Amino acid sequence: MTLSPQTTQAIRNAADSHGGAKAAMLEALKLVQAAEGYVSDAHLAEAAAKLGVSTAEIDSLATFYSHIFRSPVGETVILLCDGLSCYLCGGDAVRDAVMQKLGIGFGETTPDGKFTLINVCCIGGCDVAPAALVGPDRKLVGPLSADDLTQLIGGGR
Amino acid sequence: MSETPLTGRAQPDREPHRFAEWQRLGGYDALRGALKRHSPEALVAIVEASGLRGRGGAGFLTGTKWRLMRKAAEAAGEGPRYLCVNGDEMEPGSFKDRLLMEALPHQLIEGAMLAAYAVGATEVIILVRDAYRAAAVALTRAITEAESAGLLGRNILGSGFGLKMRLHASAGRYIVGEETALIAAIEGERPVPRHRPPYPAQSGLWGRPTTVNNVETLSAVPHIVQNGAEWFQKLSRTEEGGTKLYGISGRVNRPQLIEAPMGTPAGELIEMAGGIRDGRKLLAFQPGGGATAFLQEADLDVPMDFAHVKKAGSSLGTGAVIVLDDQSCPVAAIGRHARFYARESCGLCTPCRDGLPWVAKLLDALEAGHGTQQDIDLLHMHVELAGPSGRSFCDLMAGAMTPVKSGLERFGDIFAAHLKGHCPVGRS
Ligand SMILES: Cc1cc2nc3c(=O)[nH]c(=O)nc-3n(C[C@H](O)[C@H](O)[C@H](O)COP(=O)(O)O)c2cc1C
Ligand code: FES
Repeated sequence: MTLSPQTTQAIRNAADSHGGAKAAMLEALKLVQAAEGYVSDAHLAEAAAKLGVSTAEIDSLATFYSHIFRSPVGETVILLCDGLSCYLCGGDAVRDAVMQKLGIGFGETTPDGKFTLINVCCIGGCDVAPAALVGPDRKLVGPLSADDLTQLIGGGR
Repeated sequence: MSETPLTGRAQPDREPHRFAEWQRLGGYDALRGALKRHSPEALVAIVEASGLRGRGGAGFLTGTKWRLMRKAAEAAGEGPRYLCVNGDEMEPGSFKDRLLMEALPHQLIEGAMLAAYAVGATEVIILVRDAYRAAAVALTRAITEAESAGLLGRNILGSGFGLKMRLHASAGRYIVGEETALIAAIEGERPVPRHRPPYPAQSGLWGRPTTVNNVETLSAVPHIVQNGAEWFQKLSRTEEGGTKLYGISGRVNRPQLIEAPMGTPAGELIEMAGGIRDGRKLLAFQPGGGATAFLQEADLDVPMDFAHVKKAGSSLGTGAVIVLDDQSCPVAAIGRHARFYARESCGLCTPCRDGLPWVAKLLDALEAGHGTQQDIDLLHMHVELAGPSGRSFCDLMAGAMTPVKSGLERFGDIFAAHLKGHCPVGRS
């Protein structure tokens, strides 16, 4: 599957607004991911070609940034904070509950492809700790109890 | 109630104001006034007189930074000049810039415009971390609104001053907040730090004169310009001007963001956050995020400004106060941070890339109760390696080792107890 005309156009626009093809590489990766869920080898190459940069160059960014996914992820990505303030507010119990409920560990996707669970650093939600970012819009949720998060994912189960 | 110029106008649901509404609240008055009445030089002088210190962590005097930029820009001659707004905010415990960007985007934009006018920048680029999607949406809309109102673009309000502004959305890497890495990130390079000197003012974005300022720093600027340096000075309880956004989190009853006079002691802030959770006692607190040294009971009345916290042996950092109570294991807390910094090392230099995972592993072993005295000795070795005469390329490693160093100093007995396989304070 090639990238949609909309995504392709958006990548071209990014090069204009970001001061050149190179400076737009990360934005291109984000556009691809927003449309496709993750950045496959084929789409990486296609985005590079649209920008006129090398695949290696754009991959050097894709592999550097934690929120660019180079392999498939579930429909809903849960980024669970493992920072200190969340830990102090009971984050580990939430982590254990969600892992048990989904039957997966960090960096894994449920067999039905519904959820991916990833641990991330402080997400600036220490006032609502323990906190997580859920879904493509990175919606901040918290303070989470073990029950809350299992309820949250329960809806999609 | 003390004055809260930075956050007072935020709506409870954090919904950002539309342009017209913001103008009714006095938005862009400072900009309109400044373009009419002040030369760029005069604006620098006002900010210099206000004593504003950078809120990104280091506390560098903003007026001084701007003056250096003007000098360097003169030497660099014709061409573009940049102001980069640092909205990366990934220091553990910090959540102040999130509110300023999400709920008060026009305030930041006006501050950035004033700064750009003062330093002679031709373009402003606001870098926002990926976790702050609501902030990116709010800022994008606000920039469009300001453009439509003729406050961005060519010849703004007939002043002859022109300015472009845009967003750069990041994708989740802590090192991007370091100013030279931030510049590399905007250029589309793999964002690893660059050598200083040359400083960004001399050779920054695309080799051109560049100023990097934090979101909170710039959000204070419209108020300083509108109300004067003296007013700003008087907001503070100490020599350092202004209010400060303090984030209180961890073992308190009501974790929250508090805008208070600069120099408000941590004890008062913790009380405002409902006190230590469940009536427990304080063990220690970090005054300014993950990379700051622990302080304790005796330091609760230290005025929380850059100079006083430094004198107490730590640093104000981002003003993110992380509270440990007497049931929080400091070995575990330090380990959390260590794992974070190890993961976020950009990999450029060996001491940081290889040293921090080692440190994290040592702390893991100690936390789990099967560490040895040799592990503690190795931690001391890393502290020395990263120390003031540090051997790492940028400040990430020094910052990462700061809580380790201060933890070893303050909690030697707790570390020793862990050697015997038990934690004297931990909850579990
Ligand atoms: C590893 C590292 C991470 C940093 N992260 C941030 C950040 O997220 N936000 C920020 O404003 N400054 C950050 N800084 C500080 C910046 O390098 C820079 O000093 C600051 O943005 C300057 O703004 P100010 O003068 O307004 O404080 C970081 C520094 C280091 C060494
Ligand atoms: S530590 Fe989890 S949001 Fe800050």
